Amino acid sequence: MILVLAEQINGSFKKKTFEVLQYAATIAQINQDKVAALVLGSAQQDAMQELGAYGAQEVWHVNDARFDSFSAKAFAKAIQQVATQHNATMLIAPHDVFGKALAPRVAAVMQAGMVAGAVAYPTYDNGFELKKSVFSGKAFTIIAITSSFKVITLVPNTFSVVKGEGQAAIQAMQVAIQDADFATKVNTVEKVTGAIPLGEAELVVSGGRGMKGPENWHLIEDLAKVMGAATACSRPVADSHWRPHHEHVGQTGGTIRPNLYIAIGISGAIQHLAGVNSSKTIVVINKDPEAPFFKAADYGIVGDALEVLPKLTAAMQKFKATN
Amino acid sequence: MKILVCIAQVPDTTSKIAFTNNDTQFASDGLTMIINPYDEWYALVRALELKETGKASAVHLITVGKADVEPVIRKALALGGDEAIRIDVDSNDPLVIAQEIAAYASAQSFDLVLCGKESIDYNNGVVGAMLAALLDTEYIGFAKKLDIDGATASLVREIEGGEEHVVSNLPLVVSCQKGMAEQRIPNMRGIMAARTKPLTVLAGIGAQAQSNIVSYAMPAAKTGVKMIDPENMDQLVQLLHSEAKVI
Repeated sequence: MILVLAEQINGSFKKKTFEVLQYAATIAQINQDKVAALVLGSAQQDAMQELGAYGAQEVWHVNDARFDSFSAKAFAKAIQQVATQHNATMLIAPHDVFGKALAPRVAAVMQAGMVAGAVAYPTYDNGFELKKSVFSGKAFTIIAITSSFKVITLVPNTFSVVKGEGQAAIQAMQVAIQDADFATKVNTVEKVTGAIPLGEAELVVSGGRGMKGPENWHLIEDLAKVMGAATACSRPVADSHWRPHHEHVGQTGGTIRPNLYIAIGISGAIQHLAGVNSSKTIVVINKDPEAPFFKAADYGIVGDALEVLPKLTAAMQKFKATN
Repeated sequence: MKILVCIAQVPDTTSKIAFTNNDTQFASDGLTMIINPYDEWYALVRALELKETGKASAVHLITVGKADVEPVIRKALALGGDEAIRIDVDSNDPLVIAQEIAAYASAQSFDLVLCGKESIDYNNGVVGAMLAALLDTEYIGFAKKLDIDGATASLVREIEGGEEHVVSNLPLVVSCQKGMAEQRIPNMRGIMAARTKPLTVLAGIGAQAQSNIVSYAMPAAKTGVKMIDPENMDQLVQLLHSEAKVI
């Protein structure tokens, strides 16, 4: 059985969980294996059944409200208990804050080889090999896992998600976790509401110093709204408090991999590229024709951000109206 | 309270990456090597701040690598670490690194182990979580703030689309990111003092690798940027739709 970590957020699931399930289902088909989604904590029945439409044959549900608050130690012990009891062959999770806190932890205890941040399906010609991005997107490497139990985290947005048919059978699971293992107490949660989460956005509009000041950001937001895109920014913009820090993408900020990244007034320093160069298509708008970002771009426009943006927004609006 | 800071050596961010031996080995010759920025700017500096404010008694450093990593660990000592351990093992398997560090740390009863959120070479970000598992302690990943009050740590950690304010009991492993502290430059006094600070070399425990690097490859080069007239945004939108197929 391939175990997929299905993170429930207030009882339901996100696209990246569907993507991992679909990825696991493809691997399972080749290996004549099956996929079970492991859900820890309170979750809605219909949301769990729906996981079947993405490739889960079964949902293993640990219905214990203690898991509604995240504690890496307790979660990892629960996953490990389930994996061991049911002779799981693999553990697959998204390469996000949840997966990165748990998958390596389970790998360590189970003495399993791990690939953190896979960007392709495994190949089997010379053992079990997986591709991942290294040196902040400057190269790839192929890693072979030699242990029998294998752990993988998959970079979100690597594959497009197609909803299929079917409902998963829900099975209740018991784990023995002591209260002391829930060693973290959450006091307050601050969530950005309304906006599209940057990490899973397929379209991203991002601004840099070329936007000249926070008062011009409505131009970015207008374009993002028309496109249904998330907004991001470069480091100098976040450091000058023009935009909140969670929007900062680049080496010290977030790493994203959208289908389309539109960089407006961003020169394209290597540290910025490290966070965005895995984007499938990159559009760069910059008034400096020598800006290094053009070398990494698919489409380039030389022009002043504040002049080009309204024109692009208008063109996008026209397109949306007819498509 | 004793803190252990995990230090990795990485090629400088701006390095040109190349491979040798039929693309099976990373060509490190001639590259400038630095302390992994997340380990240095955030984990190490925050540890030093905790010592300076009297909340920690000692800041120990640990690295896993051969003798060529010593200049980097000396720099970490120059920034203010009290003493350093180098485990004389060369491995790319994060589980080997975690097991080697855990074997040392478990015998030393550290209250707090800090590392960066990931190393900028292999971008795994897993050693901290593995280490916490092997030490059977709680783990807080992607922490932006950390303070200590007696046997409790209060932290701010990143979650999906926001942040959480949490408290955890010590001992604890924390992976640190931006917001935790500000970069420091070692001063001459620190550099002089670092020369005589203890740097102990230990043999490894012989942890077995469960994964290995088979080969490297460069990403497919961009076919070249297509320049578009700023007066013709309709063309860009059409290309994004019909050529790139992203909208």
